[in-house]
Amino acid sequence: MTDHDTIPVLAHGLVKRFGDFVAVDRINLEARTGEVVGFLGPNGSGKSTTIRMLCGLLRPSAGQALVAGFDVAREPEQVRRRIGYMSQKFSLYNDLRVIENIRFFAGMYDVPASLLNERTQWVLDMAGLAGRESTITGTLPGGWKQRLALGCAVLHRPSILFLDEPTSGVDPISRRRFWELIHAMADEGVTVLVTTHYMDEAEYCNRLVLIFQGRIVAAGSPTELKQQAMTGELLLIECDQLGLALDVLQQVPGARDVALFGNALHVVVPDGQTSIPRLRDALSAHGVAVSRIEPIRASLEDVFVSLTARLSDRRT
Amino acid sequence: MLRRLRGMLVKEFIQVFRDTRTRTLLFAPPIIQMLIFGYAATLEVRHIPVAALDYDNSQVSRELLSRFTASPYFDVRAYLNDRREIGDLIDRGEVTVALQINGGFAQDLRKGQPARLQVIVDSSNSNTALVAVGYINQIAARYAQEFQRTQLLRTSLFASSQIPSIVLERRPLFNINFDSQWFFVPGVIGNLILVMVVSLTAFAIVREREIGTLEQIMVTPIGRLEFILGKTLPFFLIGLFDTALVSLVGTFWFGVPFRGSIGVLAIGSILFILCMLGIGLFISTISRTQQQAMVSGFFFNMPAITFSGFGTPISSMPEWLQTLTYLNPLRYFLEILRGVYLKGVGLDVLWPQMVGMGLLGSIMLAISVARFQKSLD
Repeated sequence: MTDHDTIPVLAHGLVKRFGDFVAVDRINLEARTGEVVGFLGPNGSGKSTTIRMLCGLLRPSAGQALVAGFDVAREPEQVRRRIGYMSQKFSLYNDLRVIENIRFFAGMYDVPASLLNERTQWVLDMAGLAGRESTITGTLPGGWKQRLALGCAVLHRPSILFLDEPTSGVDPISRRRFWELIHAMADEGVTVLVTTHYMDEAEYCNRLVLIFQGRIVAAGSPTELKQQAMTGELLLIECDQLGLALDVLQQVPGARDVALFGNALHVVVPDGQTSIPRLRDALSAHGVAVSRIEPIRASLEDVFVSLTARLSDRRT
Repeated sequence: MLRRLRGMLVKEFIQVFRDTRTRTLLFAPPIIQMLIFGYAATLEVRHIPVAALDYDNSQVSRELLSRFTASPYFDVRAYLNDRREIGDLIDRGEVTVALQINGGFAQDLRKGQPARLQVIVDSSNSNTALVAVGYINQIAARYAQEFQRTQLLRTSLFASSQIPSIVLERRPLFNINFDSQWFFVPGVIGNLILVMVVSLTAFAIVREREIGTLEQIMVTPIGRLEFILGKTLPFFLIGLFDTALVSLVGTFWFGVPFRGSIGVLAIGSILFILCMLGIGLFISTISRTQQQAMVSGFFFNMPAITFSGFGTPISSMPEWLQTLTYLNPLRYFLEILRGVYLKGVGLDVLWPQMVGMGLLGSIMLAISVARFQKSLD
């Protein structure tokens, strides 16, 4: 178990290169006991690579990471004893029965024989699989498989849990239930690092780290991020000819971060009162019929669009 | 350590034996293939289809042709009247050999002049062609000799007993009847074990990589060696079992004599299976998908079998290739198999082969284990 004064996850200047490609570029990271830290970023941004380095699965090209106080590059075995890891694939053996998967991973994690029954029961209860011990794992629905995978990853009661897109391909109700489990564990002092690209899930995290092109572009609580990033006012525009409207809005001076959200557009402007008429005029001049323009509260998705758009502009 | 290893083994065996298809795949194909290869893998050339074209049409020429009809090596399928028919028959593969006897054949023979028998042979299969020409040569030479003897017999009884000749006194060791099955069946055992163990091992590991369980296991405290041991030990045991199985088929179905000791064969098999585990493991470290593993396995299996002395004798390969065959574990294993089966020799003779496989196996396993570490990155 981790000492109370060690920071469970601490990374400094972490770099991972694959040939010429820099997947993770000097990332600094800290997660405190009982914290749920969310890694947010598009596919290929380096989230998974970072998590896999922290688990000791990948060797960092440069920089240092301490997990549970141990250096991941030098003492990966020590790190592994103290962490749980679950990937988006729910890596269980589909041809084994539920109970056989549990016993297998209990064996791999050296769960003492005296605790085996208790832990097995705990996992079965948590996953809601009591009574289905002898079901072949492959025949379970996604949500159940996901909870079983989580159970198998925490059989040894790790103090740190890494989850790599744990909810991909799972229905919304199962996702909600999964997050309840995560929070229950965090309440018991488990530190959780989770990657996701579901923006609504990000709201469940205590702290968010936004990664883009291998770099951390913002970090903070969901509320902090929204305040920090959204300088200006966010407007919702409902109109026809969305594609044309998008082009038009991008040409209006002052308007930025224009993005499509469902069947509406979001745009950030310095000041709503003066901008709304200007936008409306610009759109109708191009024959776009506007049914609604009004200021709304920013969601994390807006924050993300806004931050990554600025970065892309700078790089190109 | 032991608990984790046991956990791995329990899991592997459940996976292998739960699925009926996998279960049958482990044991049925080796037996079936053993039966098929045992019958098909042979160098014997018999029943060569022949077309005969006799322009001489004499008693002598007919008698010569009847020698071919009587031979077990030839089937005279067609008697032709026109040499233009030959090309077509050979093109369509209906005959391999055409014998053409020109007019004046009997006359030449009686005069003591060289009589010509034209042999047209389809040598697209060079081996069959060579063997066929050899047999034709024998039949023709024997016929000529007998012809000469009868001729002399007519003129002087004394002279006919004076014809010098060499008579072979054949004393074949180990395989009195030159039964080619005896040669091939032990070889097939080696090939089967090679293919089974290499592909099973490579697939088992690559499959875990594909479905992501490899990564999941690698974040547990399990050591790399423990994992590799847990993954290879089941196939080591299955490999040994399969060896015993196909060896039994070889002995009891094909009647290949087993003259040596089971112990020597067991030692040889263990060393050979270790080499194959090393190869399988190596393939798993260079393959991301089972498809890649299959292709890589193929690139190993084909040359390994070709350069093992399974069909073509190593002594007839170019010198530099012969040297390379010392790197081929199958070469040693085949020598052991044939040594134990047919010659009944023991460790006093076969120890160099054992040492060779031991060395190769250790090197391959060491390289593969080292590579396995890196392949996770």
